Amino acid sequence: MATAFAFAESRGGELRKVALETVTAARQAADASGGGEVHALLVGAPGIAARAPELGRHGADLITVVEDAALEHYSAEVFAATAAARLSAGSYRAAFFSASAQGRDLAPRVAARLGVSLACDVTGFEMRDDAVIAQHPGYTGKVMVTLRLVGSPALLSLRPGAIAPAEHSRTPRVETAKPATDPAAARVVVTELTQRAAARLDLGEARVIVSGGRGLRAPENFKLVEDLAAAIGNAAVGATRAVTDDGWRPATDQIGQTGRVVTPDLYIAVGISGAIQHLAGMRTAKTIVAINKDKDAPIFKVADYGIVGDLFEIVPRLTEEVKRARHSH
Amino acid sequence: MKIAVCIKRVPDMEARFSIAPDRKSLDQSGLKYEMGDFDGYALEVGLQLVEKQGPGELTAVSLGPDGVQEMLRKALAMGAARAVQLKADQVPVDGLAIARALAAELKEGGYDLVLFGRMATDTASGTVGPMTAELLGLPCVTAISYLEISAGKGTARRDLEGAAETSSFPLPAVLTIDEGIARPRLASLKGIMAAKKKPLEVRPAQLGEPRLFVESLALPPDRPPGRILGEGADVVPELVRLLQTEAKVL
Repeated sequence: MATAFAFAESRGGELRKVALETVTAARQAADASGGGEVHALLVGAPGIAARAPELGRHGADLITVVEDAALEHYSAEVFAATAAARLSAGSYRAAFFSASAQGRDLAPRVAARLGVSLACDVTGFEMRDDAVIAQHPGYTGKVMVTLRLVGSPALLSLRPGAIAPAEHSRTPRVETAKPATDPAAARVVVTELTQRAAARLDLGEARVIVSGGRGLRAPENFKLVEDLAAAIGNAAVGATRAVTDDGWRPATDQIGQTGRVVTPDLYIAVGISGAIQHLAGMRTAKTIVAINKDKDAPIFKVADYGIVGDLFEIVPRLTEEVKRARHSH
Repeated sequence: MKIAVCIKRVPDMEARFSIAPDRKSLDQSGLKYEMGDFDGYALEVGLQLVEKQGPGELTAVSLGPDGVQEMLRKALAMGAARAVQLKADQVPVDGLAIARALAAELKEGGYDLVLFGRMATDTASGTVGPMTAELLGLPCVTAISYLEISAGKGTARRDLEGAAETSSFPLPAVLTIDEGIARPRLASLKGIMAAKKKPLEVRPAQLGEPRLFVESLALPPDRPPGRILGEGADVVPELVRLLQTEAKVL
């Protein structure tokens, strides 16, 4: 029997979906090594404890809640010290973080504090007696790297979306703890957290992504992409580097080697030629649709369904057909 | 201002990769190596800070085999004052081992800032920067796309999913650099000539005992070959039908 640890990420007092992913992964790891316990750590401003039951529903047996008025925002130093202290206090076989923006900042610090190694951006794992085996898509997704982590705890950060949250009902025990260091003594202080429009769905959490490239010719033509995303529903809008470099779209919308790496069920590439830089960010989408006027564009080599032609005719038609299809359901 | 920038040599990602017979490494034939994208941004940020903030110098550090010297010469040509190669037969996959070697090199250096790229383009891990910061006991902000330094303090902004975080920190500090602050300059001919006379020191990398290893490498299964349904807007109903009935994603 082995105990597994999950860090439960939250923002603004709410759990992020990746928190359920890490708890689910920890449950899988514990079950795969004889059915040990899953211990989750939840850190935030007072009130965050109300989120503990949801972690229990995804397989956490024990939830350690650390509430402090100074922890409304992420504090790398306090979070890392607190997670390291929790991990040192138990005997954990594996510890799961998310490879989200926060997790990518937090997990390496915890690893360094504990003197253990970290497998990063993991899409699958396997528990063995002497090691934890982890899969990671390296070289911009062109090479699948299988890693072997020895020593305990083995730290893994999970690519968002790679492990689907699964319900696994538990009635968890909840305990409270104090931050391992004084938040007031932190040297790096987050002074502001600016949320982008709340209605916008994050690229990492969207089931469908509609992306636009230079083929759209002008920033205002992104309306076509936005309309299609709206018609599909629950869809996010992405962009190529060429477009974000030109300021047509915010840099945070960039999908590719130097931007976000996404794995939606459906990826619709509009006016995108399919440079390596872009393919690196979306080649693992389950279904890819490409709309481009150049039939030799590399995007058609990875597209499950391609339409050659004028996107200014095709995309509005697609928006209409999607609306009609959704109405007839 | 004294700045160190840690850079990694990575294969050109445009390459068609193949796996060596040991199934744990890449077939090196035909691979071209270059400075990682984000490391180039970090180097440029460091050079601009040295230029703007008065007297100072920039040291470029890289861990790896002798092949990294070419990249370090490029950093010298761009404006670094000196370069250090932490010599290792190969770059370990264990970020903590790399961080230990870097921390051993940097700890007595008296640097005001230690910069990294947000991540190396080959492993896409981004672990070495924050790990090195922890080992050095320095404050650290990762993946920043805005930076201002004045009077021994810094302000940085980093993008989160759907949000941006602004933070303040004291120097000395470790920062990892995302896109958006600076694009790397091209080395001038004068810079290239000057680089030949600048110091490039070589020391063994003190990696310690790694705990993360490559078990195997494999090429992912190819996607089924692309399929063009046809030309023009009249194909759209067929596309919608396939998305609903075949791919079942709509």
